[in-house]
Amino acid sequence: MTHPAPLVAPRENLAAALEKLLGKDLLAHVRAVDEDSITVTREAIAGVMLQLRDALEYQQLMEMAGVDYPDRPERFEVVYHLLSVTRNHRLRVRVATDEATPVPSVVPVWPNAGWLEREVFDMYGVLFSGNPDLRRILTDYGFEGHPQRKDFPLTGYTELRYSEEDKRVVYEPVRLAQDFRNFDFLSPWEGADYILPGDEKAGGTGEAPGKGAPSPMTADAVKKAGEAKAPPPPTPKTTDREAQTGAGKGANKAAARPSKDGAKAKPAAKSKTPATAKAEKGSSKAPAKPRKPKGGDA
Amino acid sequence: MTGSPQVKHHGSDMFEGYPLDTADTAGDQVVTNYTINFGPQHPAAHGVLRMVMELDGEIIERVDPHVGLLHRGTEKLIEYKTYLQALPYFDRLDYCSPLCMEHSYVLAIEKLLDLEVPARAQYLRTLFAELTRICNHMLNIGSHVMDVGAMTPNLWVFELREDCLNFFERMSGARMHHAWFRPGGVHQDVPEKLLVDIGEWVETRLPKLFGDAMSLVIDNRIFKQRNVDIATVSKEDALAWGFSGPMIRGSGIPWDIRKAQPYDAYAAMEFDIPVGTKGDCYDRFMVRVQEVYQSARIIKQCLRDMPSGPVASLDRKVVPPKRGEMKQSMESLIHHFKLYTEGFHVPAGEVYVATESPKGEFGVYLVSDGTNKPYRCKIRPTAFSHLQAMDMMAKGHMLADTTAIIGAIDVVFGECDR
Repeated sequence: MTHPAPLVAPRENLAAALEKLLGKDLLAHVRAVDEDSITVTREAIAGVMLQLRDALEYQQLMEMAGVDYPDRPERFEVVYHLLSVTRNHRLRVRVATDEATPVPSVVPVWPNAGWLEREVFDMYGVLFSGNPDLRRILTDYGFEGHPQRKDFPLTGYTELRYSEEDKRVVYEPVRLAQDFRNFDFLSPWEGADYILPGDEKAGGTGEAPGKGAPSPMTADAVKKAGEAKAPPPPTPKTTDREAQTGAGKGANKAAARPSKDGAKAKPAAKSKTPATAKAEKGSSKAPAKPRKPKGGDA
Repeated sequence: MTGSPQVKHHGSDMFEGYPLDTADTAGDQVVTNYTINFGPQHPAAHGVLRMVMELDGEIIERVDPHVGLLHRGTEKLIEYKTYLQALPYFDRLDYCSPLCMEHSYVLAIEKLLDLEVPARAQYLRTLFAELTRICNHMLNIGSHVMDVGAMTPNLWVFELREDCLNFFERMSGARMHHAWFRPGGVHQDVPEKLLVDIGEWVETRLPKLFGDAMSLVIDNRIFKQRNVDIATVSKEDALAWGFSGPMIRGSGIPWDIRKAQPYDAYAAMEFDIPVGTKGDCYDRFMVRVQEVYQSARIIKQCLRDMPSGPVASLDRKVVPPKRGEMKQSMESLIHHFKLYTEGFHVPAGEVYVATESPKGEFGVYLVSDGTNKPYRCKIRPTAFSHLQAMDMMAKGHMLADTTAIIGAIDVVFGECDR
């Protein structure tokens, strides 16, 4: 041990105790980087947690985290971090799930799981059966999508601003003055596992698998990737019903009128740079069958 | 007898002729519960907290806190930055104790790298983490007493907070967003005079001014009436709701990560863990007051034992070289260039590192896939669990007690909403 991070002594006979307590619900037990983590079956998670709390003295649920691994058949991992204040030990418990299969809620075991599950649901769209109040928690009222998924773009789909003309906040699709740039700093000698441009003939498909976007993509390739992956932006959200404004009759009337800037924005499209116009034209005639993306976008 | 149809007869005619239909309370059909919004803009909400409250008269029946109004997608942004570029985001989480936020993150990276940190860096980090704790408690104690009606102590403790910020400015050049803790140590050494001044301040100005301010508050009748027996949390509840920091210690559980799972130089420090007896707002407040004195103790020990030597690891694959070195050595120049473009790679694996931030357990769950960017960085905010228990704590109390409860939680939304 050389690092100065918090020092937790390993718990004696933990592996045997877990084995005995959880039986076939225990799928794996790994001790790495001085931390114990176990994988358990999804269906049994609530019972497992109750056992861990009562028999192994893990009194506190400190944290719940979702992690997205798009390459796996069950792409989401829900990770619970337990703390025992009497044994002075931490345990990580994980279950795997996908978009559709709910994870049993642990609210009956720890009441503070309520918000933690809401957050995982909000960020990843993991469902929790038995959570009494599974609403979104961190994102905006009326938000769509699950932003922490790896396939959700960093910029999001909608942006909001205060419209001085309309005297209200308007939602619009994201318009970037400059394309989002994700630089690839991986050294081609050690980190990167893609084919460098010009090396295609030396073998390999030229497709970029796995980690990091290949930096020197041609404009064509970028366009194609955009067609294949980018889901259509959702319709912009506006406060179009009176009930949503809550600002009185005068303001409601004003709010009912469509956004003037929004109307203006359309003819302004002519003045777009040729590149953006071309990209948009390209995306409008999207192929009927979306190209199957090879490799995940990490 | 004639009266309005709502009037109920209580077997007595003594109120006959009086319009008593409003005085009925038991079993009346009139719905008295109503819902109000507390916040999102409210001076006592300590930020952008919106609470939908169901009230029966002035009694709170139900609280539904709406958080996330300050959500900035920090965790998502971190996934697109190198490990070093992601560091300044941590200053912006709990902007009242920025160094303690960085602390968990750099320790998590060091744990994954299994990186040795020089003793002086560990002592400097401990020293400034404790100074941050004092700085944070000055803000919280001041605003707590102001929320329940006292003005003067707030002005006095803000003097001390100002002193702390001046120290931070001399340490890093920034008053709030320092980015001073770095993986492998700290960014720069501090001027020797700064350590002397901190030592002097801890000996003289802090105890005097803080003691004066607290003498106005802790035995004050009004302050006690507003805080004693408000939002009492039992030990069992504190455990079940995931409390940490002064909240769990206020409930009488002597749990402190600095003691239980020591990091940096805390193993060598001597300090006590103050605990409450009843678990009410007053106990939580007093735990913080005592922690200020304990932090001062730790600072004195750090200053006494401060070793000399490098302030960051000499592993040039993680910590960039000094500029002077770069002018002399080609290798240093290459290291500098590589670290500020590609950044260092962290071996694949995952860690959960939690430190004792002034508000409680602040954890970072870091998943690395072996590249130069975190695959996932989940931040465990302290306020999330504490605020969630708001409904449990506030139920049955008066509306005016909410401010005391929120003040005693010590919530900052930069951290809660991330």
